[in-house]
Amino acid sequence: MIVYSFAIEALQLLLLLLAAPAFAGWVRTVKCRMQGRSYAGIFQPYRDIARLFTKEVILAENASWIFRFTPYLVFGVTVMIGGIVPFISTDLPFAATADVIALVMLFAIIRFFTALAGMDIGTAFGGMGSSREMMIASLAEPAMLMAIFTVSLAGNSTSLTRMVQVMAHGEFVIRPSLAFALLAYIMVHLTETGRIPVDNPSTHLELTMIHEAMILEYSGRHLALIEWAGQMKLFIFSTLGIAVFCPWGIPASNDLLAIIGGGALLAVKLAVLGVILVLIETGMAKMRLFRLTEYLGSAFLLATLGMLSFFILE
Amino acid sequence: MSLTLAAQINSVMAALILLTAFGLLVQRRILALLHLFAWQGFFLCVSTAIVGYVTGEHHLFISSLLTLTLKVIVLPYILYALIHKLKIRKEIETLVNIPMTMLIGIGLVIFSYHLTAPITQLSTLMTRATLAVALATVMLGLLMMVTRRHAVTQIIGFLALENGLFFAATSATYGMPMVVELGVALDLLIAAFIFGIFFFHISTTFDSLDVDQMARLKEGD
Amino acid sequence: MTPFDIAIASLFLMFAPVILAPCCARSRNLTIHLSFSLTAAASLAAVIAGILCVHLESTTSAVVQMGLPDLPFHLRLDPLAGFFLCVIGLLAFFVSIYSIGYVKAMPANRPITRFVVFFCLFIAGMLLVVLADDAFFFLVAWGLMAASSYFLVLYEDEKTENRRAAYLYLVIAHVGAIAILLSFGVMAAQANGFETFQGYTFDAMRATSYPLGWATAAFLLSFFGFAAKAGVIPLHVWLPEAHPVAPSNVSALMSGVMLKTSIYGIVRITFDFLKEFPWWWGGIVLVLGLVSAVLGVLYALMQHDLKRLLAYHSVENIGIILIGLGLAMIFTSFHLPLLASLALIAALYHTLNHAMFKGLLFMGAGAVLHATHERNMEEMGGLIHRMPWTSALFLIGCVSIAALPPFNGFVSEWLTFQAFLFSPALHRPILSLLIPLGAALLALTGALAAACFVKAFGVTFLGHWRGHHHIQQVREAGWSMRIGMLLAALTCFLLGIFPTVVITWMDVLSRQMVGGKIATSAGAFGWMWLTPYSHERASYSGFNVFIGILAVVLVAWLLLHARKAGIRRVPIWDCGFEKLTPRMQYTATSFAMPIRRIFGFLFAIREESHAVEPLRHAAYPQRLQYRLRVRDRFWGWIYEPLREIAFFLARKIGNLQQGRIQVYLLYSFVTIIVLLVFLG
Repeated sequence: MIVYSFAIEALQLLLLLLAAPAFAGWVRTVKCRMQGRSYAGIFQPYRDIARLFTKEVILAENASWIFRFTPYLVFGVTVMIGGIVPFISTDLPFAATADVIALVMLFAIIRFFTALAGMDIGTAFGGMGSSREMMIASLAEPAMLMAIFTVSLAGNSTSLTRMVQVMAHGEFVIRPSLAFALLAYIMVHLTETGRIPVDNPSTHLELTMIHEAMILEYSGRHLALIEWAGQMKLFIFSTLGIAVFCPWGIPASNDLLAIIGGGALLAVKLAVLGVILVLIETGMAKMRLFRLTEYLGSAFLLATLGMLSFFILE
Repeated sequence: MSLTLAAQINSVMAALILLTAFGLLVQRRILALLHLFAWQGFFLCVSTAIVGYVTGEHHLFISSLLTLTLKVIVLPYILYALIHKLKIRKEIETLVNIPMTMLIGIGLVIFSYHLTAPITQLSTLMTRATLAVALATVMLGLLMMVTRRHAVTQIIGFLALENGLFFAATSATYGMPMVVELGVALDLLIAAFIFGIFFFHISTTFDSLDVDQMARLKEGD
Repeated sequence: MTPFDIAIASLFLMFAPVILAPCCARSRNLTIHLSFSLTAAASLAAVIAGILCVHLESTTSAVVQMGLPDLPFHLRLDPLAGFFLCVIGLLAFFVSIYSIGYVKAMPANRPITRFVVFFCLFIAGMLLVVLADDAFFFLVAWGLMAASSYFLVLYEDEKTENRRAAYLYLVIAHVGAIAILLSFGVMAAQANGFETFQGYTFDAMRATSYPLGWATAAFLLSFFGFAAKAGVIPLHVWLPEAHPVAPSNVSALMSGVMLKTSIYGIVRITFDFLKEFPWWWGGIVLVLGLVSAVLGVLYALMQHDLKRLLAYHSVENIGIILIGLGLAMIFTSFHLPLLASLALIAALYHTLNHAMFKGLLFMGAGAVLHATHERNMEEMGGLIHRMPWTSALFLIGCVSIAALPPFNGFVSEWLTFQAFLFSPALHRPILSLLIPLGAALLALTGALAAACFVKAFGVTFLGHWRGHHHIQQVREAGWSMRIGMLLAALTCFLLGIFPTVVITWMDVLSRQMVGGKIATSAGAFGWMWLTPYSHERASYSGFNVFIGILAVVLVAWLLLHARKAGIRRVPIWDCGFEKLTPRMQYTATSFAMPIRRIFGFLFAIREESHAVEPLRHAAYPQRLQYRLRVRDRFWGWIYEPLREIAFFLARKIGNLQQGRIQVYLLYSFVTIIVLLVFLG
């Protein structure tokens, strides 16, 4: 029985590794389609990654071990997180490793080391990216945790498994607090995964790039790992949102049929979420850096309102 | 519709009203403000209708209808026409920066929750929980009037404040007597007209609707 | 041997160098090796005593017939004291090992004996503070600790800056000590009235129940006094002045453990003596903790002096500890012992963690200081190539203090977050609603701390060297310094991986102080899962996080390296620009600029830039000079008015000074008359 549940865990990790590029490809495809551009199909990210893996690594002369270690660490932490978020089943042996708060801090490891890698080479771009990333993160993190607190108040737990079970199998209640938290979460989602209006994943314009500025010096397999991890991060943030706010369909047991059904439902939800993300991205312009205080302030406000309405209205 | 479901929908409406109140507080563009105000009126009207349906107080339907016509259609339309005529396009500057306004707003919500908590504990009405939101809406409207410097936004703040009062009446006592509500509605309508006239005068005198210009009315030293 | 005997032995060992060092002053090397080996042994003994005492839950007390007649010294070792003994001893052990190398590397013309003597007295003072069991002895130990640390801060006394910092430290330490003395006075009076002296023992204070008014007075006074010592905002101003100018091993001890003695004091007085209190006491502690945490980290972000930055982080971390204590007090006042114990354990665990990583970071800063002779981060950079050990160990400190899993700082912050989330259990709706907002501030603190340490590590160790002299002169720290840091880093790691073991060991503290015990583990492999309430509520496993990340990293690395894909080293791509210089890198100031701009209203910022030479041609950029000064607003708000008042009063009192002997005699005469009138 234990072996079986570990097999399910492995299945989830495999799904994460394989489906993440496809999801990123889906978002790109929908975006291209919506903006009237031609598109390379949802499998393009696989081809990109495969190509990068075969390429030679070009490393700056003064890059230290931090620069070379970061891609592996980023990849490792991302996969680790992917093993914790219950998206194919809530009965994962690894799920108890970290609750939601710890999950947020696990993402902070990625950010911390990416920012250090940005500063390692000693170019102005890297430093600029790191500085901006840390500034944005310091505003996004309270909003993220506030949103999570709101949800955990409703579920009376910060354990993801428990939150999913309460939401999916408990009595159905309309909760305004969750709606607020969801809005805040989407705003933070866009921030953390570096999308418009905060950052643009497909830009290399000096003045606007943030995440790309930090990883500008990466090449070859290092870049492949970082790109792959980035796509997994997008996938994880989306599935985390689904698990917390719309968990209906995530099976509570490791019954194989239920998992297949849940997986199909998850694919549908992800597809819809991808379209929503694209709609937001297409409908908004990238913001000026110091307007972000207002953007993230609003996210914090929404999350706080969610919490207040939990106490006031529920 | 069961009582709990109605109460839940009503609290969703309350949450939305609170959200629009905050939206009014932080929005810079004047047309968006107007839309938000219309939405607030709409949520108010839905909430009133639900309370009316569940409690069987039929006069609430009339106030709901009145809200719909007056606050969702007529007043926004008057203001829209005014904005159009006075050609107000640019973004509105606030006196206090926006994140700070938000924090003050959160503080006000907590404060009104603290104020209404004893009343909520005594009351047995279905709508008792929303009283705090109603009071908060009033306070946020006032805050908006304090922090904005454009005359039109101040009026919107005032109208939002009135929305809050109306909502408070619904949640505390299932609405005011019909006569009072009709009177208030009439007052509002007339107020809107008077504002319109005043705006014209202000804008022709000062070439601007920035209320800071009023400081020039002070006797010079 | 009982734990108490070991503790006493440790004290004797600690005092031994005070006598031995002057005897062998002729040989510098011998003095250093002998004294620091002895302090290391003594500290280790203190650690063993502490661990055993908490483990065995033993309480031993003794009376020493010393001090004033009829006022003997009382000593007592109970689990709370044992825990702090362990914290102090552990860091003192690492720092003692580190000091062998550090003190050796000091300039040869400095008198070593003086340093050694005060160093030992300082550690002994801290141990005695924890062991003292009466107000009199406590204050003696407190004074010993303050005075010896004052002399240590003043060690490099040729600089005016150092003398000024030490003086400021002394003043605030004394103001705090007076408040503590008054607080003891209030409690002693309640314990036994004014007629006899026997109320001054802690036993008497413990046995008394206090009326609310007097209890509040005692609490507020003692909290003020301890807050002054701990550097709680707004009483923090001495801290960023005194810690950077002290030798780094002393700053490690001051920041790591001396501040913790005041945490000990607060816990001792509130939970052990006063016991029953209204919730708003906890509210005060919580709010001051939040303010200290947020402002501490923001001020830290604005610093470019490495040690000053670390000093401000001590303010932040003391804030986090106080948050835990405040929550524990609030939960206690609502009679929720389980939750109170969760918050208390969070606070105490953070006390231990902060001692470890802050000690490590100050030791690392000391190593950098010795290698570069520079405290300003803007003059550093690229040290990772010259100091691989120091940089790796410093990085561990950074990761721990930035509360990243699987290191120790995360565990205690996580426990604090959990405590915050139990606010709905309180019976006051307004409190349950307000308290989680504090969690948002704690999250902000954590994220800003991460930003700050990206800056500290990135600017100091990464990128290119910015200094004036050549980087080839920079040397790695000596072996003893490396061992000291390595041990501290290892402790940080182990405390992060095996929190359950430590927390189970600490359980007795929460049982004795607040009468609750948190469930730390559940089911098989219980040591792996940290589940403070129940496993359904929340769980964390640092061990799994570490193993999981390690496994994936290893697999990825092996897979990618098996294929022997090459790495080509090339010069940095300069975007076609002619020549990149180290001056084009992001500096500490520019790194913090976005945050400075957002939170600018909290600082007194003076920014000026002007052209140094006239514009030669429109095509050439102008040479600009840029100055930035960021200051604590509290100087202007509180301390400068206070200084004005002090000077004003001094001038007024100065009028009494006439310089004529008759006038002075008249003063004495009038005094005698007045006394006779009132007493006669």
